[in-house]
Amino acid sequence: MPVYSARVLVSLRPSVLDPAGEATRAAAARLGVAGVSRLRIGKAVEVELEAPDAEAARTQLELLSDRLLANPVIENWTLELNADAAPGA
Amino acid sequence: MTLGVVVFPGSNCDRDVQWAAEGCLGIPTRFLWHEQRDLSGLDAVVIPGGFSYGDYLRCGAIARFAPVLEEVKAFAERGGPVLGICNGFQVLTEMGLLPGALTRNQHLHFLCEPAELVVEPGRCSWLQGYGHGQRVTFPIAHGEGRYQADPELLQRLEQNGQVVLRYARNPNGSVGDVAGLSNATGNVLGLMPHPERACDATTGGVDGRALLASLLA
Repeated sequence: MPVYSARVLVSLRPSVLDPAGEATRAAAARLGVAGVSRLRIGKAVEVELEAPDAEAARTQLELLSDRLLANPVIENWTLELNADAAPGA
Repeated sequence: MTLGVVVFPGSNCDRDVQWAAEGCLGIPTRFLWHEQRDLSGLDAVVIPGGFSYGDYLRCGAIARFAPVLEEVKAFAERGGPVLGICNGFQVLTEMGLLPGALTRNQHLHFLCEPAELVVEPGRCSWLQGYGHGQRVTFPIAHGEGRYQADPELLQRLEQNGQVVLRYARNPNGSVGDVAGLSNATGNVLGLMPHPERACDATTGGVDGRALLASLLA
């Protein structure tokens, strides 16, 4: 079966405070990088998945993102799926 | 009366719960390793504090798939009393037994101190030993205890009387000063503070006794 690669970006919803992001923003100023007005920390999850076709891969990755990688109560996610599959083993 | 205490790789308050229940109150306990499914003979279940599977991804996110928790979920849905303390509260929200989520403390500090709480027992079976508006002190020990819910959800929880424990002085930025929540039917309670660490007079107060003693009522 072909192998699809994808990247899932998980970010805190805009309404949710990100204290770690705020602490990092304060550190940016101490480094001498002025003018950082917003800094929010999320996660990038790289996934490789065997699937019969791109559509099936997308369906599985959406389930994975929504039910495990992100908690929709506090996080949003976006999926970047590379439509060019690598040949499977 | 037998109390089940779930044990994950990383749980570290399982023995505290055992001491509080069995040692201080005479309630027999049985440890439930995360891979097992047998809840037979149990009258109530505690998901204790500590960590679960390293809390990779998010606190409680991996624990949610533990075999024992499938049985705990069914037990709760049949009306069985379930108590989630600290990491156990995080697990209950990830499982969907309680709404909302617990996130990083507002000021990033790990908090380890006594916390004064205001109890509003409502329908919560675990809190019937406390009076309306009673103030109690339980220790807190967490880095990710800031309760998060959108305003509509919080309003609904308030109206349903599900916000059963509030911080007298909010230590972590939780919305609505939420320290503990019950489900709509009152048999499931999740709280960040540690009632099991407030059951033995030699280690800082006995305000937590009435919570576990509710099982004997």
